[in-house]
Amino acid sequence: MSTISIRKYASENGALAGLVVLALVIAVMQPAFLNAQNLLNVGVQAAVIAIMAFGMTFVVVAGGIDLSVGSIAALAAMVGALTAGPIGLVVGALCGLVNGALISYGKLPPFIATLAMLSVARGLTLVFSEGQPHETDALVTFLGSNLAPMVPLPLLLMLAFFGITGLILTRTNLGRRMYAIGGNEEAAKLSGIDVRRQKLWIYALSGLFAAAAGLVLAGRLGSAGPQAAVGYELDAIAAVVIGGASLSGGVGRATGTLVGALVLAVLRNGLNLLQVPPFWQQVVIGAVIALAALLDSLRRR
Amino acid sequence: MKTLITARGITKHFGATKALDGVDLDINAGEVHVLLGENGAGKSTLVKVLAGIHGHDAGTIEGHASLAVIHQELALVPELSVAENLFLNRLPRRFGFVDRAEMRRRAPELLDRVGLDVDPDAKVRDLGIAQQQMIEIARALDKDAGVLILDEPTAVLTETETDRLLQIMVQLRQNGVGLVFITHHLDEIQRVADRITVLRDGRSVGVLGPKATTRHMIELMVGRPIDEQYPRARQRPGQPLLSIEGLTRRGAFEDISIEVHAGEVVGIAGLVGAGRTEVARAAFGVDGYDHGTVEVDGKPLRRGDVQAAIKAGLGLVPEDRKGQGLVLTATVGQNLELVTLGDRDQKRLHDIAGKLRIKGRVEQPVKELSGGNQQKVVIGKWLLADPKVLILDEPTRGVDVGAKVEIYELINRMTAQGRAVLLVSSDLPEVIGMSDRVVVMAHGRVAGELPRGATQDQVMALAVQEISA
Repeated sequence: MSTISIRKYASENGALAGLVVLALVIAVMQPAFLNAQNLLNVGVQAAVIAIMAFGMTFVVVAGGIDLSVGSIAALAAMVGALTAGPIGLVVGALCGLVNGALISYGKLPPFIATLAMLSVARGLTLVFSEGQPHETDALVTFLGSNLAPMVPLPLLLMLAFFGITGLILTRTNLGRRMYAIGGNEEAAKLSGIDVRRQKLWIYALSGLFAAAAGLVLAGRLGSAGPQAAVGYELDAIAAVVIGGASLSGGVGRATGTLVGALVLAVLRNGLNLLQVPPFWQQVVIGAVIALAALLDSLRRR
Repeated sequence: MKTLITARGITKHFGATKALDGVDLDINAGEVHVLLGENGAGKSTLVKVLAGIHGHDAGTIEGHASLAVIHQELALVPELSVAENLFLNRLPRRFGFVDRAEMRRRAPELLDRVGLDVDPDAKVRDLGIAQQQMIEIARALDKDAGVLILDEPTAVLTETETDRLLQIMVQLRQNGVGLVFITHHLDEIQRVADRITVLRDGRSVGVLGPKATTRHMIELMVGRPIDEQYPRARQRPGQPLLSIEGLTRRGAFEDISIEVHAGEVVGIAGLVGAGRTEVARAAFGVDGYDHGTVEVDGKPLRRGDVQAAIKAGLGLVPEDRKGQGLVLTATVGQNLELVTLGDRDQKRLHDIAGKLRIKGRVEQPVKELSGGNQQKVVIGKWLLADPKVLILDEPTRGVDVGAKVEIYELINRMTAQGRAVLLVSSDLPEVIGMSDRVVVMAHGRVAGELPRGATQDQVMALAVQEISA
């Protein structure tokens, strides 16, 4: 491999290199990290954020942001618990559609539209639940369970959503249009892309993925809580950014986001194993996010 | 004559590519020194090395004169006032607060030096691009810059604004300022240059005097003899392919009727602000209009519907290549397939890239290409869509001479295939040289139409005429 291709490989997989280094450091300091059961746990812990972050990847690649995914996840899980899982998914996609409509046709900045949805969806969750957690039905509980010993379904779902995200981004017209819209919305418009309609679908997808993440979360816990997934949108954005996507749009990949979500999960798990107090964990995670973004910005220079 | 800056043997690498290769340059007081070269020849890199933005790998730079660069992208704060921008970074202060009175007192004197008559309290955002440029020049002069480098300042200016800028350059020259002037407009060079350094592939290939001919300049730039600057090959016009009838948008353009036939190139000339781009965008469905009709090959287009326009066989290469034409974060290939996303035929994509002689691989990020090659990508994405009519809005703006001729050849090839081309251009020799007919717009109306072979004077006479409403 020539120097140039090594450099290209490293620059495209900076997050992956970071993940490997992180895992090695933790493994050296606490060998129990490499325990198979622990590694599976890390995967399961990553699953919810990862699925949410995959949906966020579409939005970010298209030059937007979705702050409502945590609330949508909670609302979808609650509706799923009160009625049936699939209805939760529909509600999630509908919330996303509303976001898309406010942004496309109402011409609201994505930050504002989804900030409003963050509040509305959380409020509806509280209203429907009357402030109480509700047990999930068998189907949703199954989503959070093990398919067989050592085969947790959330992990498989994460991989399935990873595959779907990669396919959408690289092999569909919608995906290619996301890059065009995020890279230069005006050029996309002048090339005959119906930007407004595409945005509807992009935010609907994000809502749908958030709903799926919410159901997986509720399945693992066996119940949907009114305060579930608070603040998850920030983890999802962090995962996307650690994965190398640009918040100014046009750049981002499914692999990057997967790695980003794994970095967050490995870090949390490692800090627990190393018995770092929870308050300090937040500080470390924040520092790592800043570091990842810094490295990325240095690399691009 | 006093030499302000002496650069010798400047060499600069970017990775494996040699951007500058042993370039010598003298900047003298009271002289306009033109840097000429195709895009990618190393002009901007040289400027950045001189200004200390880039380091250099070999060579020496000597001189004490302070140096200011006016870049193409202006470094002004749009939300601040003219005066605040003039004194940005060294605002006069009194008791620790900004001394507005002092600022207002000193601003007019500075504005005077560049002949600018604007209210110092006006927001920069509300000024035209030419005025903004003058403010930057005034700011540079206030810092007592002995050397002023102007990087393609006229690319965004109208004819009159350009005249004004050239006048000011001449005036600054008389005051002993050393000027370095980068431009693609050869006529401007002939008007102000004292010396011309021609760069090609990072090397200085010649230093010419003020009497250099256009032909000589071009041949040095491209490194080979040039046959003809505007190689238009006329076709016998066929049936009308684009018919714009009575198109009107209040406040922008009124009663515009233009017909373009198969095999024909119709030019639209006029001053900036005459409404040419607005008409092009409205016809293509980007913006709406109040009344009138647009037909492509006899099929009426729905107002404000770009998708329908494309389906009917219309294409638009917009005036702002980076802002409207390209997705800079994407590759050449991804840009080429933008219009034709539905059928992803890799072979046609490579074919077109080869045919257009795009220098660069299909997988390469489009931002790494030179301006001319980028423009070929924008045109290429439309050729893939196989349009009947292509509207080209300023297709050669910021494009070097070699690529310009290639774009003209593309226009010839399109019309030879029976397509129609509507050519909007502020470059008078170009619009006259490449069009079969020229429609001149003024104040949002069609001021007149001229046959092939019209002179620049005839076009200008129509373009500046006052039309009674």
